[in-house]
Amino acid sequence: MGRSTYLAVEVSGAGRHPAAWLRPDAQPDALLTAPYHVGLARLAARAGADFLAVPDSLAPPSADPRLVPLRLDAVAIAARVAPVVPGVGLVPTVTVTHTEPFHVSKAIATLDLVSSGRAGWEPVVSRTAAEAELFGRKPAAPPAELWREAVEVVDVVVALWDSWEDDAVIRDVATGRYVDRDKLHYIDFSGEFFSVKGPSITPRSPQAHPLVVVRGDEPEALAVAAARADVVRVAAADLATAHTARERVRAAVAAAGRDPDAVAVLLDVEVLLGADAGSARRELDALDAHRELAPSSLRVVDTAATLVDVITDAVAGGAADGVTAVPLALPSGVRAIAADVAPRLADRGLRTPVAPGATLRDRFGLARPANRFEGARA
Amino acid sequence: MTATKQIHLAAHFPGVNNTTVWSDPESGSQTDFASFVHFAQTAERGLFDFLFLAEGLRLREHRGRIHDLDVVGRPDTLTVLNAIAAVTTHLGLGGTLNTTFNEPYELAKQLASLDHLSGGRAAWNLVTSSDAFTGENFRRGGFLAPEQRYDRAQEILDATRELWLSWAEDAVVADRERGVFVRDGAVPVVEHRGEQFSFSGRFSLPPTPQGHPVLIQSGDSDAGREFGARTADAIFSRHGTLEAGQAFYRDLKGRLPRYGRAERDVTILPATTFALGDTAEDAEEVADRVRRAQVSPQTAIAFLEQVWGRDLSAYDPDGPLPDVDPDPDGTSITRGRVRHEKDPAAVARQWRELAEAKGGLSIRELIIETTARQSFVGTPRQVAEQMDTYVQENACDGFILIPHLVPGGLDEFVEKVVPELQDRGSFRTEYTGPTLRHHLGLARPRA
Repeated sequence: MGRSTYLAVEVSGAGRHPAAWLRPDAQPDALLTAPYHVGLARLAARAGADFLAVPDSLAPPSADPRLVPLRLDAVAIAARVAPVVPGVGLVPTVTVTHTEPFHVSKAIATLDLVSSGRAGWEPVVSRTAAEAELFGRKPAAPPAELWREAVEVVDVVVALWDSWEDDAVIRDVATGRYVDRDKLHYIDFSGEFFSVKGPSITPRSPQAHPLVVVRGDEPEALAVAAARADVVRVAAADLATAHTARERVRAAVAAAGRDPDAVAVLLDVEVLLGADAGSARRELDALDAHRELAPSSLRVVDTAATLVDVITDAVAGGAADGVTAVPLALPSGVRAIAADVAPRLADRGLRTPVAPGATLRDRFGLARPANRFEGARA
Repeated sequence: MTATKQIHLAAHFPGVNNTTVWSDPESGSQTDFASFVHFAQTAERGLFDFLFLAEGLRLREHRGRIHDLDVVGRPDTLTVLNAIAAVTTHLGLGGTLNTTFNEPYELAKQLASLDHLSGGRAAWNLVTSSDAFTGENFRRGGFLAPEQRYDRAQEILDATRELWLSWAEDAVVADRERGVFVRDGAVPVVEHRGEQFSFSGRFSLPPTPQGHPVLIQSGDSDAGREFGARTADAIFSRHGTLEAGQAFYRDLKGRLPRYGRAERDVTILPATTFALGDTAEDAEEVADRVRRAQVSPQTAIAFLEQVWGRDLSAYDPDGPLPDVDPDPDGTSITRGRVRHEKDPAAVARQWRELAEAKGGLSIRELIIETTARQSFVGTPRQVAEQMDTYVQENACDGFILIPHLVPGGLDEFVEKVVPELQDRGSFRTEYTGPTLRHHLGLARPRA
């Protein structure tokens, strides 16, 4: 295909492994501090990652005292690192089941503003009764209903991004007008779950439409990903399963009337890297001894060179357009990606250099979209 | 000799109202992040207690269309404050967040995140709202009866405090040897059952560097003052003159004992503008020029229409007030801004008398006269002296300054007035602690 192999890095807490905080190189006392998250983002930028994924969830923390029950707001983390860490996209997870689409829209537009066009977001649904209980507004719902609602949220969020035309602010002293109100638009959305009037209170952002990243694993989510996502994340235990998953995504994208080549499919790869396979394995065993973690996708517990081989095979064999590396332990995992994985990917010509100041859309070859309301009169 | 009372200063980012002059050649972008960086870093250079952002969740409308004469558009409050935290080190970060169109668990998590990630600099200005106009942008619409606004505000505050302070202060131990991250039982289930909210679950964050964010309140009704006296750490007042300020100050601080609070527990900050010049005359000229820019001919007519409740676009802003009387049914001509419940006919009568008494003011001159906020006008030394007088004579504990320009509206104040205040011994010469609670002299809250 000739295009770059995509690389994203997901960072959360002390790493995906629940015992990662016990490692000598972990920083369990720093997990709530800005320097810790800025440090992780800098490493991801140094690795040349296309974006940093910041997971979030409404799920209440476990009462198990051995686990890390901390969860900062993901948009807050992304906004905190944006001004001081250039050169990497920022994709926080946002729960759309119980939250307000109007707030979400302006938050992500603002993340785009403070990052000079590097924002994206990953909408997720909140499915458990425990999560519903934290809001106390409505009961938990089955996946089909949750994702029908999620589509409405994505549509409203994106429509609000278009509710200001780019040149709405005119500052016309002669007529005393700051804004041309014909370039501000009510979205007048009314759906199955809610209605939103608009316009947004936040002007159109540098990218206009920050990147929409959606997981395409469950069937109900796949339909949303196919219709709305710019990037689709998938989990698969091996490359053969990943290949099937990618074909399924591409078929769904085509069925939704879109070009499958315009929607990148990124495979989740859990990573724990060492100097050799044996030492990486021993490090995982040490973590699993405290509490075992079953893989949630392809897992590479090996050397950086092996991870690069896996990525190469995945892309060459059509199993993925790139990967989301998910370190089992932090900050060591993202440090290894920056130091040992990124240079090897570059050596193999798998990563094309990105122009300074590139937006996240630029990285994925996506043009800045036209405004749906342009020319329409309020 | 009693020690000089220390002044507290907050900086209001100029925003969506006619105080902000956008027609000046020096006016920059209202939404570029660079404008926020410049403004916030200036406030921090001036050792201000905190930066403040207002919020409005629907674009204002006038005569059925989006109001186009003032600045329109602003970033998301929490997101831009988190970003500003990255480019400042001590400045408090105050944001307005609506108590009607937010839910406690999410808000508690977002505000606690800001406080953790800024190292203890977050403040929340609670505003209440009940209008269906704003509700059209939200899932629930206009669900709240006006008289329940403060009930909901009080309950959302109680609920967020329950979550913020739910973990034991020493919950996180991160003890590798024992493999224990949090003490057993230190993360309890919070169960809240109230009129407005019903939820249960564990919170995902321990108490923040400040315990929880600083709380700001600005309601002026009796219910608003009572709410402030019971809960607020800082109060924005609208009472600008020395006498009105002193009366408000006595009233508010007099309400504190019934909640077991001391005078020093609440900082009262009136909203204030300023105009500076090398001489008093220069400053008056600057003030006059700014006032005229704030009230353009079109803005003057729009203000008049708010009271008259009818289309007055045919009137000459430089001519006399209309002969016609206000339309008693036209009071909803402007939507999305704070309304002052006064009888339009009485206001019109009063304005006509004022215009006549002042020698026949034009519409625009009258609006300039009637919309003037409390303003300190003079040389830097004079302004410092006036401000200090207000504080020493207990009209307030400090000010929230509203400059008229983005992004440079605070530059001259910081350069010239702050040193004068410091020379008088009534303003800090360095930050002496890391958190906003420290700047304000507030104790850490307890569960």
